[in-house]
Amino acid sequence: MQLVLEKRAERSNTIALVSPLIAIGLTIVTMSILFAVLGKNPISALGVYFIDPLTDSYSLQEIAVKATPLVMIAIGLSLCYLANVWNIGAEGQFLIGAVAGSWLAVKTQGTDAGHWVLPAMLLLGAVAGALYALIPALCKVRFGASEILVSLMLVYVADLFLDYLVRGPWRDPAGFNFPTTAEFDPVATVPVLIEGGRLHLGAVITLLVVAAAAVLLGRTIKGFEIRVVGAAPRAARFGGFNSNQLILLTFAISGALAGVAGIIEVAGPVGHLQPGISPGYGFTAIIVAFLGRLNPLGILIAGLFLALTFIGGEQAQIAMKIPLDVTKVFQGILLFYVLACDSLILYRFRLILPSRKVSSGAA
Amino acid sequence: MGLLEAIILSVLAASTPLLIAATGELVTERAGVLNLGVEGMMIVGAACGFGGAWLTGSTVIGALCGVVAGTLLSLIFATMTLGLAVNQVATGLALTILGIGLSGLIGAGFVGEKITPAPHLYVPGLTDIPLAGRILFGEDAFIYFSLALVIGIWLFLYRTRTGLVLRAIGDNHVSAHALGYPVLRIRMFAVMFGGACAGLAGAYLPLAYTPFFIPGMTAGRGWIALALVVFSSWRPARLVAGAYLFGAVTILQLHAQGAGLGIPSQFMSALPYLATVIVLVLISRARTGGSTAPAALGAVFVPDR
Repeated sequence: MQLVLEKRAERSNTIALVSPLIAIGLTIVTMSILFAVLGKNPISALGVYFIDPLTDSYSLQEIAVKATPLVMIAIGLSLCYLANVWNIGAEGQFLIGAVAGSWLAVKTQGTDAGHWVLPAMLLLGAVAGALYALIPALCKVRFGASEILVSLMLVYVADLFLDYLVRGPWRDPAGFNFPTTAEFDPVATVPVLIEGGRLHLGAVITLLVVAAAAVLLGRTIKGFEIRVVGAAPRAARFGGFNSNQLILLTFAISGALAGVAGIIEVAGPVGHLQPGISPGYGFTAIIVAFLGRLNPLGILIAGLFLALTFIGGEQAQIAMKIPLDVTKVFQGILLFYVLACDSLILYRFRLILPSRKVSSGAA
Repeated sequence: MGLLEAIILSVLAASTPLLIAATGELVTERAGVLNLGVEGMMIVGAACGFGGAWLTGSTVIGALCGVVAGTLLSLIFATMTLGLAVNQVATGLALTILGIGLSGLIGAGFVGEKITPAPHLYVPGLTDIPLAGRILFGEDAFIYFSLALVIGIWLFLYRTRTGLVLRAIGDNHVSAHALGYPVLRIRMFAVMFGGACAGLAGAYLPLAYTPFFIPGMTAGRGWIALALVVFSSWRPARLVAGAYLFGAVTILQLHAQGAGLGIPSQFMSALPYLATVIVLVLISRARTGGSTAPAALGAVFVPDR
């Protein structure tokens, strides 16, 4: 008896719809086992992870705050992945965007600069993120260097650069030698939506980005070209699409979005530039993109779900002393299950029984 | 011990994990599978390797724990990419994310603990030769093993029939399948070998390089190993040169930081990563006569019947 994989005649739409749910279900089962191994009660641990954050308004706002960068980065990454190029350095583009925007905030600190500061910071973040993402894209189209490795290497470089700035030239003189800039001025801060709350304007910008991506992919020729280049490169060549140009475009967009996400995070929830502004948003966004099956609306839902795991992870650490690394394990396992379940959209399993004689023509 | 001798010794030590991990990945890629999870397998190898050595007091058992951990993770990758025909790039990334989380979980109990580092060879007379003695006859076992591994892999790939079949599968899995070679089975062994090497390379870090474990201690070495495979044009001999070159960059920037040249330390720390980018660009640019990568690298294969 043998279990073999074979290609379906056409993609299964039923599986396409339910596969993220199956993946989440399998992940929760796996996590229950892990909790039990760690000596925690799985039921109450899952409750702290997935139910408790949904029951109070502070946590609900916090989920939206965490989902903001995740969704924004993942939307950009999904364009790259649809075009079958692999930007995995969004974390670096996020940091560089944060640095570029912070430059203006630091320079205008204490001056009577007007309300143009924040929009200019967001623009700087977008441009810097896009330029930083164009480095691996240009290395790819000009020299054929792997965009995966180049974009990833630049994450470490961006991290060290940010570290240098906040320990060196930009360090707050009144900051007791902590590696951080001074708190940004009010004109350089992303305003909150509800007075006294945490939810900020970035969430609205993210929703606009989701809508724009849905229009780009569903209603424009460029969006169509991106899909074709990824799904059928040969057909794209016959169609006369310029794949190099599309690589540069998708990298620039994803870098810009990651950069904006970076400066929004710094000028919003964090309020100043410091190391460790990202708990790996750029990498978690890769999971968000796949869990949302590279579809803008799907990414929005997936982003909220992954944000829930960050908040749940923090609460589980406080309430049940569950290590924070469990969240990363959870995210990794989730991505595995999502990818595995997605495989069943295109393939199916068939059991081959040894007793049955298969004639050579029947195959 | 002179400064030059000290530098050469530390370059050899810094290069060895890169060389071991890259050798494993080279075999995996030669079979046509791109496993981007090297960093994840290395970091779990480091945590398990340290754990094994700390609990038993034995470097050998620590190294074996690293090998087993890396192999088990690579089996997940093999199940996904070979059994379920999932995209190799995405699966490799998933493996790295999972590995970083797992290593933190496994290593949480060992942070701050110390072990006795792996012993160095001592041959009376030979090791005491000035300059060359320590370098040639006074290393730890991992360094000798890594060189033996590269030679063994070179012999395997170019001097054995199985090696030839493995390379054929990496270049054209459809033809290899048509000729009756077990494509998926050989790929699975290649992936497992890559995982074992990555686990061992990770274990080297806390067992011999620094005698303690810190989370995230691989610091991108898995990714640099992947770049080294590209640098080597998928040939074992060039891998040795590449690994030692990168080890040298790592060590020299550390010495430059120590010498206090007035350059901020972060810029020096960024050098190995920048060097990787530059080398990737130069190597890719130098290849005018088409790519030297295995032709079927990264392609999904589902046998038809």
